[in-house]
Amino acid sequence: MTARIGVVTFPGSLDDRDALRAVRLAGAEPVPLWHRDKDLRQVDAVVLPGGFSYGDYLRAGAISRFAPVMDTVVEQARSGMPVLGICNGFQVLTETHLLPGAMLRNNHLHFICRDQKLRVENAGTAWTADYAAGQDIHIPLKNIDGRYTADERTLDELEAAGRVVFRYLDGNPNGSLRDIAGIANEAGNVVGLMPHPEHAVEALVGTGRTDGLAFFTSILKRLVHA
Amino acid sequence: MARVVVDVMLKPEILDPQGQAVQRALPRLGFAGIADVRQGKRFELEVEGPVDDAALDQINTMAETFLANTVIEDFTVRVEEVAHRGEAK
Repeated sequence: MTARIGVVTFPGSLDDRDALRAVRLAGAEPVPLWHRDKDLRQVDAVVLPGGFSYGDYLRAGAISRFAPVMDTVVEQARSGMPVLGICNGFQVLTETHLLPGAMLRNNHLHFICRDQKLRVENAGTAWTADYAAGQDIHIPLKNIDGRYTADERTLDELEAAGRVVFRYLDGNPNGSLRDIAGIANEAGNVVGLMPHPEHAVEALVGTGRTDGLAFFTSILKRLVHA
Repeated sequence: MARVVVDVMLKPEILDPQGQAVQRALPRLGFAGIADVRQGKRFELEVEGPVDDAALDQINTMAETFLANTVIEDFTVRVEEVAHRGEAK
């Protein structure tokens, strides 16, 4: 038995195919989901992929939040379904308020595309159990609206509860507060991050390492043993 | 038709690198004396029917939930007097 993991395609999504492929390489069953369908096709978890959904008009993620599929994603996420938001998907998760804070234009105003070193700060979430806490990983980063922002009280709460899941190492690429690259909700089933694990699942491409694969094996183990 | 204007600005404590880039370019372009620039968004809403309390309530909800992200932005809503527009010249 394996798990069904859905990947939503919005108009303007770019990395939905890579995410579906990563799900398959991890051994789970990839299920394409469509932004206009409320039906999640009985998936056990959902990935919101990277890209520029709705052209990033208004704010990144602001319009996708109102897509019919998101009504169901938000409802199910609140009752415990695992959701991973990558890059634009992370922006959608902050706009829906499933995750606190907001994403802003990079402090240097440039689009950035590079291999990024991260530290896994929390290996206890649904999406990070196959990492070790404190482990360093290299995965690609590519965005212009990647500056994570929240008020001081929210940042303190996130830190105290171990909800900062990833931190940038060797230089902050975008001005994110406290070098935050990714966070989780209180229950740990919803995780969002700016860098792209789905681009680091095969040695041939990406960083030449497979440091991103553990996201997808983590969730598969969680679902199959649940 | 009446017009309602919604202005959306980053909260004062949020860094605005776009506004800073504009401000830094000003002296080079010969515009002196500008100490700070903040960049925002302006929405002009053409309202069908009267701009009564119900219409303004709806626009306020729209601004709060959609046009602005109140985690990082503040907004103001005001009715623009369309009748006088263009006659001032």
